[in-house]
This record gives sequence, structure tokens and C-alpha cells, in this order.
Amino acid sequence: MATHTMGMPKKKSGIMDWLTTVDHKKIGVLYIFSGLFFLLVGGVEALMIRYQLIKPMNDFVSGEVFNQLITMHGTTMIFLAAMPMLIGYMNAAVPLQIGARDVAFPFLNALGFWLFFFGGLLLNLSWFMGAAPNAGWTAYAPLSTVPDALGVDFYALGLQISGFGTLMGGINFLVTILNMRAPGMKLMRMPMFTWTAFVASALIVFAFPPLTVGLFLLTFERLFGAHFFDPAAGGNIVIWEHLFWIFGHPEVYILILPAFGIFSEIIPTFARKRLFGYTTMVFATMLIGFLGFMVWVHHMFTVGLGPVANAIFAVATMAIAVPTGVKIFNWLFTLWGGKLTFPVAMLYSVAFIPSFLIGGMTGVMLSVAPADYQYHDSYFVVAHFHYVIVGGVVFGLFAGLYYWFPLMFGKKLHEGLGKIQFWLFFIGFHLTFFPQHILGLTGMPRRVFTYLPNQGWDMMNLLSTIGAAFMGVSTIILLVQLVMALTSKEYVKRDVWGDGRTLEWTLPVPTPEYNFAQTPLVKGLDTFWLEKMAGNTTVSVSEPVGDIHMPNNSILPFVMSVGLFLAGLGFILRLDYGTVGLVIAILGLATTLTAMFLRSWIDDHGYYIPKSVIEEDLRLEAEKEAK
Amino acid sequence: MVVKKTGKMLFRLLPIGLMALLLSGCGIPELSALQPRGEGAEIQLEIIKLSLWVMLFVLAIVTVIYVYVLMKFRRKKGDNEVPKQVEGSHTLEMIWTVIPILLLVVLAVPTIKATVELADAKEAKKNEVINVTANLYWWEFDYPDKGVTTGQELVIPVGKKVALNLTSKDVIHSFWVPVLSGKTDNNPGLENEMWLHAKEAGTYYGKCAELCGPSHALMDFKVIALEQADYDKWLEDMKAAKEAETKQLDAKNEKNWSKGEQVYAQNCLSCHGGGKVAPSLTNFGDRGNLAGYLKHDKKNLEDWIRDPQKLKQGTKMPGFNESQISDEDLSELADYLLDKKIQ
Repeated sequence: MATHTMGMPKKKSGIMDWLTTVDHKKIGVLYIFSGLFFLLVGGVEALMIRYQLIKPMNDFVSGEVFNQLITMHGTTMIFLAAMPMLIGYMNAAVPLQIGARDVAFPFLNALGFWLFFFGGLLLNLSWFMGAAPNAGWTAYAPLSTVPDALGVDFYALGLQISGFGTLMGGINFLVTILNMRAPGMKLMRMPMFTWTAFVASALIVFAFPPLTVGLFLLTFERLFGAHFFDPAAGGNIVIWEHLFWIFGHPEVYILILPAFGIFSEIIPTFARKRLFGYTTMVFATMLIGFLGFMVWVHHMFTVGLGPVANAIFAVATMAIAVPTGVKIFNWLFTLWGGKLTFPVAMLYSVAFIPSFLIGGMTGVMLSVAPADYQYHDSYFVVAHFHYVIVGGVVFGLFAGLYYWFPLMFGKKLHEGLGKIQFWLFFIGFHLTFFPQHILGLTGMPRRVFTYLPNQGWDMMNLLSTIGAAFMGVSTIILLVQLVMALTSKEYVKRDVWGDGRTLEWTLPVPTPEYNFAQTPLVKGLDTFWLEKMAGNTTVSVSEPVGDIHMPNNSILPFVMSVGLFLAGLGFILRLDYGTVGLVIAILGLATTLTAMFLRSWIDDHGYYIPKSVIEEDLRLEAEKEAK
Repeated sequence: MVVKKTGKMLFRLLPIGLMALLLSGCGIPELSALQPRGEGAEIQLEIIKLSLWVMLFVLAIVTVIYVYVLMKFRRKKGDNEVPKQVEGSHTLEMIWTVIPILLLVVLAVPTIKATVELADAKEAKKNEVINVTANLYWWEFDYPDKGVTTGQELVIPVGKKVALNLTSKDVIHSFWVPVLSGKTDNNPGLENEMWLHAKEAGTYYGKCAELCGPSHALMDFKVIALEQADYDKWLEDMKAAKEAETKQLDAKNEKNWSKGEQVYAQNCLSCHGGGKVAPSLTNFGDRGNLAGYLKHDKKNLEDWIRDPQKLKQGTKMPGFNESQISDEDLSELADYLLDKKIQ
């Protein structure tokens, strides 16, 4: 490399480093901790919901506050906890799994995170500004277009801003996975998590635009008096439902596919055996992603779209069970004949199989349109989607946390406490949600803030609330573990689980900012495992040591997001405070546009880490290994 | 021979019987979808059971493999052997692709059949058509051919399908009577159709199943199924009561009004009169519940008229304070209302 004109920039320290970072590993940490924070917020909301329902005619909260709680619980858990944490794992693991030094667009990556973060902040600000959104996370019009409270404005603009961030993340990972793979990393050699991240990113790219459109219509309806959903003015309320679910159903797969990917990494590692039916797993993932766009009407069976539409979408929905079933059997046969060990990551993965299976079973039952007329909007549905989203996605998030925590922080989460955390969560989860199936079948509608006695629901509701308390305690233990691990000085060695199969485990701990000193050469699926079986301690490389090009940190993504946050807030305040709101909105937009202009105007070529620095790192690492 | 055959059949029916027992043990008979009282809910429970059976079959297979795998393949301490790295198996993968497809076909055919059956309201329309209009937070049941309108209580004849036209005046609601049939949404600006059928006379509970605001949970209603003769009589009585009321409340009659009637005519009639803006009160004294969920007594009724928001957040009914209706008048009004009976 000839040009050293752009020398290494001075290292920023502390908070400024986190605000300006474009390093995918740090952005991953930001995503995961923000996601965990929102998981706690959503969890507290859930506990309040369950406490209100512990007995009939309880008056812990009013109907209005209850509706705000359920709306914010759902919205927070889906958009601000589960999805960001999964994108966090994608950031933390995907570039390392494919042997890349960063994602394709590091600046965009940072922008995506900050947009999500400020969108989430705007949404939650509603709690302190009079009214949280109260129309359910589905925000069906015209309930959501009633202009008497600001709540839904926060929903529409908060989700819009964080949605832009998610969309950017999706584009970024599609390009990264297609273009940044190390030599030899053919598509059919990619680790399963990378594959699921790829398909989920494609789903994001196709599923978020309908949401964006829907939110724009909702925003215009609320802020500027449009009448898209107003029957009196020729609008139609069903439009919102379609737009929402054309997004909403693929969203389920955006969440569950990466979780499938996490389990597909963990199960082979702790069974010491390659993933059974890798090729079918890949195609099953793609098929699920594809079919995921053809089934949204199963959320709308009772809307009155007619028997033909209902029957077609019922059968299409059933079809998804086939590739999903294939996956379950493939995991089982990965375990078959393996040598199983059970650290917490594996406990969650193994517990996922029956838990998710129950969610899948009720999923098929729900796809039967005429039966759904009974289940729909009852507690049976609440039970079903929590079995899928907690038993599938959240188990995946926890499994991933235990599994990749050493990769991200160089330390392990406490295994002993982890087992307690797991069992409390597992028991609490089933205790909370299993009785809800029965509640639904015996006539309890969802989203009711209270219920009369003598309807046969008291016992099941009590059990459900006790279960929620178990999960609450379990989460506190998780927090204790996190604090313990982050403050501990005990660092782990490279390939912490001993049986790492993919490239991320070949890296030194902590991972250097450039990831791979030399880009690896990939020889097959599970290349690290193949090398280990051939007697090597690490993987072959595909290039000599040389200068490494790195992107510069930038504060602009943060500034752009703050601008949009202010703009959103201003537009919301405009209704109540007139000019003040408008001024804030214009100021915010100007901030964002200025930052965008600066980004386009100033050339930023990044910098090089000189060969000498990398050689020194390699020497130190070799010394450490020798010890 | 016959005995053997019957025995065999009984044996085959045993699991179904057990299942039925298990299912019918749940919930209360006025409300549980597991205890159907009409053809709609019966069709639905049948297919719920079928899908549950198919799924339990899958669950059983997975459970056997799962338990076996977890017992058998644990790594022992000090065991460093590397297990055989199996790529996959074409035969196995074909099996667990094809069998589920067959199972789903078993499920799909009755699904399509039941979907069509439940959507066919031709026969029902010949019997009776009732307009069901949902409001924040009450139900209007209008019998257009009979000139009868009720609130909160839907009365239907036993043993035949009736057609319902569902719509809403404000936000989306959903009409659900679990023991008679699954739900259909009441969409503002649109009209939906469904049929309802009750096998025996009785009172069944109905719920609003779509989030509609802070008092969504309190939007209960009842379906009362009457034998045909009783039903016809009820319609006639309702009509007669309505006509009597109209006659009595004719402004020319003013001097014959009781105190309660006066207060009613001055304060309530403008909304409650036609049963379209607010629930009809023609047979108010017969109602089982006040405001859909409260005990039907004088104390609650007075509290309700004074401050409905307290009892049903977000209701459109305004409260009447002492300057509008004095305590004395309120008591008279309540007595008058509770006495409005046709039965």
C-alpha cells in the first residue's frame, strides 16, 4: 500500500468513542444493551399487565392506562427489544463468521443504530408527555386516528424513525453478506446464522416499506387531517389492517429466523456434530421467508374478506408448517448421535424445541380459518404468539447472549447462576402462557383490562400471573450476571467453548478492531472445525500481512438521528403548542439535513493501520497462545 | 361377534371420549367455546378437535425422539471422542417433508368445507335478519322487518339459523358469542354477514373481541334464545310496549305523566328514544345487567346516571348532576326505568 498520507486518527476515549463508533462490534454491543434496556421496560409493563389481571375486577390500573400498557408492551418488545438485539447479534457475529473486517457500510450501520435508538426514545417519551399510545401495537384505525390524545402520534413517528434504522440495517447486511465474504466462503458454506441473517435482511427490505407507507398515512391522518381510514369521507378502515399485516407477518419471521440461526450454531457446537441437513435447512429458511409474505390475511380472518380469501390464506399458512417442521427434525437429528453437553446456551436451545413446537402446533390450529373465528383476539392467540416469540425468539436471544458474550466481551456469564436463571425462566414461561390457551377457549377476549368473577377464569389468570413473577425474578438474576461478568477481570481464551466450528472463534480475545489480521481462507462448511480435525490450531490465511484500511469514526449518524428525533417531537407538539412545535420541527429537520450535507461534502477516505502495528499484534497473540 | 365389534369400536372411541371429557370440563356453559350450544360453534369445535389431534400426533413423535436423544447422547466426563459428522439423509428428509404435507391435506379439506359452510347465510336470511350495530360501548340489535330495536340483549328463536348484518358506528368492534359461534368484526363503513344458531333455549354470554377503547372489557352483551312461540310473543310484546310508550310519551299526554316519566322524557328520550343513538330502554326492567356488566339494581342505576364515566371510561353517555336531576327526581326516574318490563 502506497499511501500513508491518512495517518491513524487519535483514539477517542470514553463516551465519545461510543457515540462516534462505526465498528460493527461496538455497534453490536450498543444494539444489545439498548435492546436489553427496552426488554426491561417491556418486561415491567408486562408485569403490570399481569398484576392487573391477577384477580377479577382488580383496580390496579384503569382501562385507559391498561391499554397504554399493552400497546407499549407489544411495540417495545417487538421493535425495541427483540429486533434490535437480533440485529445486535448480526453485528457482533456475521462479519466475523464470513471473515470480513467490517460491514459493507459502516457509517450506515451507525446511522441505523442511532435512528432505532432515538425512535425508541421518542416512543417512550410519550409516558412523560401525558399519554402513551393506546390503540394496541396493531394500531387499528379508526381507534388509532381519534385525535383526543397525542399517544398514537408518538407511535407513528417513533416507529417511523426507528423503522428507517431497521431498513438501513437490512440493506447493509444484504450487501455485506453478498460482497464481503472471505475467499472460499461460498454461499453454501456460510454458517447457518449468517444465512438466517441474510434471509431476515431480505425480509426487512421487503416488509418494512408497507409499514412505512402505513405509518405515513396514519401520520397524515392524525397531523394533517387526511381521511384515508375515515369511512365518512370515503376512506376505508381495512387498508390499515392490510398494510400493517403485510408488514406484520413477515416481521414474525424477521424475528424467528435469526433465532433459528442462533440455535443452529449452538446445537452443533455442543453436540460436537455438524448441522444435520444443512442444505435443506438453508432452503427451508428461504421457503419460510418466501411463504411469510403470502399469509398475512390469517391475522384478518374475522374482518369479513369472504370465504374464498379465508380458505386460500388458511391453506397457504398451513404450508409454512412443512419447512418449519423440517427444521425441527433436522435439529433433533443433529443431536442424534452427538456428544451433548449442556451449558446455559445449550439449555436454552434444547428447551426451545418443545416450547416452540407447541407454538407451531397452535399456529397450525390457528391457520384453520373456521376454528380461528373462535381463537381470534382471544387469549388463545396471546398464548400462541408468546409461545412463538418467547419460546422461540427470546430463548434465542438468551441462548445467543450466553453463547456470544465471551466473543463480545472476552468474559463469560456465570454458568451456575445462568442455570438458575434458565430454569426460573423456563418454568415461569410455561406457567404464564400455557393456561392462557384454556382462557381463550373458555371465552376470554384479549386486551381486556379486567374481567367479572364467575366466568371460570380466575384460577388460570392467577397461575399466569405467578408465572410472570418467575420470569421477573429470572430477569433480575440475568442483570446480576451481566454486572458480575462486566466487572470481572477473568478473561477467557480464544475458542472459549473448545468446539467452535465457525470463523468467529478463531479470533483472538478481545477481537482486534480490524478483526482478521489476515483474511482467512475458507475450505468448507464449519471451516474452523475442519482445520481442527486436520490437526491445525487455526485456519489458513489467504493474504500476507499488510496495511489495513479502516473507516473513520463519525458523530454525524448521531447528529442526524437527534435531528429526526427533534423533528418528530416538534410535529407532535405542533398540535398542542402550535408555533413552538413547528420551530422545533424545522430546527430538527435542519439539523439532519445539515449533517447529511456535511456527510456528502466532506471526503472521508478513512485511514490505514500500518503493517507494523499488525505484526506487533500478531507477535503478542502468539506469545499469549504459547503460554 | 357383535359384542367384539362393539368393544372394538368403544376402544376406538375411548381416546375421543377422554378428549371430549377433558375439553368439556373447561369453562362455564354460557361462555366456553368448548361447550357449544349452536351449530356454528359445533362445526368449529369439531375442526378444533381434528386439528388438535393431528398436532398431538406430531407432538408425540417429536417427544419420543426428543426424550430418547436427550437421554442417550449425553457426553460423559472425559469422553473426547468426536462423533460421526453426518451430512444428512435423503430418505429421512423426504419422510418428514411428505408426511406433514399429507397431514395438512387431511386438515385442509375440512377447513375449506367449514369455511364455506359458515359463510353461507342464504338459509338464515329466509328465517330472520337482524342488524347488529356496535357502538362505544354498547350493542344495538335491530329487527328491521318487525320494527323492533333492542339494546344489549339479542333475542333469537331456537332451532333455526338467523342472519346477522354487522356494522359499527365508530371504531372496530367484534361480535363474539363463544357457545354459539366464532366472531365476526363490526367494521365502521362496511357491513358483514354471519349466521347464528342456538340448539336450545337459554341465555348465552357475548363479548366484544376487538380492542375499542378503555371500556373494551366492559362491552358485554347477552344472547337470549327463545322457543319459537316465546320468540314470536316477545316480538309482539316488544312492539306493543314500544307503541304504548310512544303513545304515553306523546307530548299531548303530558299531564298523565308520572314524575319518573317526566324526568325520562326531558332528559333521556332524545338519545334513548329510538334505540339508535343510545340503547333502547323499552324493556330496561327485564335486563340482566346494567351497562353490560354491573348488577341491575337501583343503586347502580343512580350512580350510573350521575357519573357514567366513572363506571365506564370513555362512554358517550353524559352524566347528570344534581342541578340537572335532583336526588328526588333521580330516585323517581330509577324506579320508572326499572319498572319498564315486558315480561
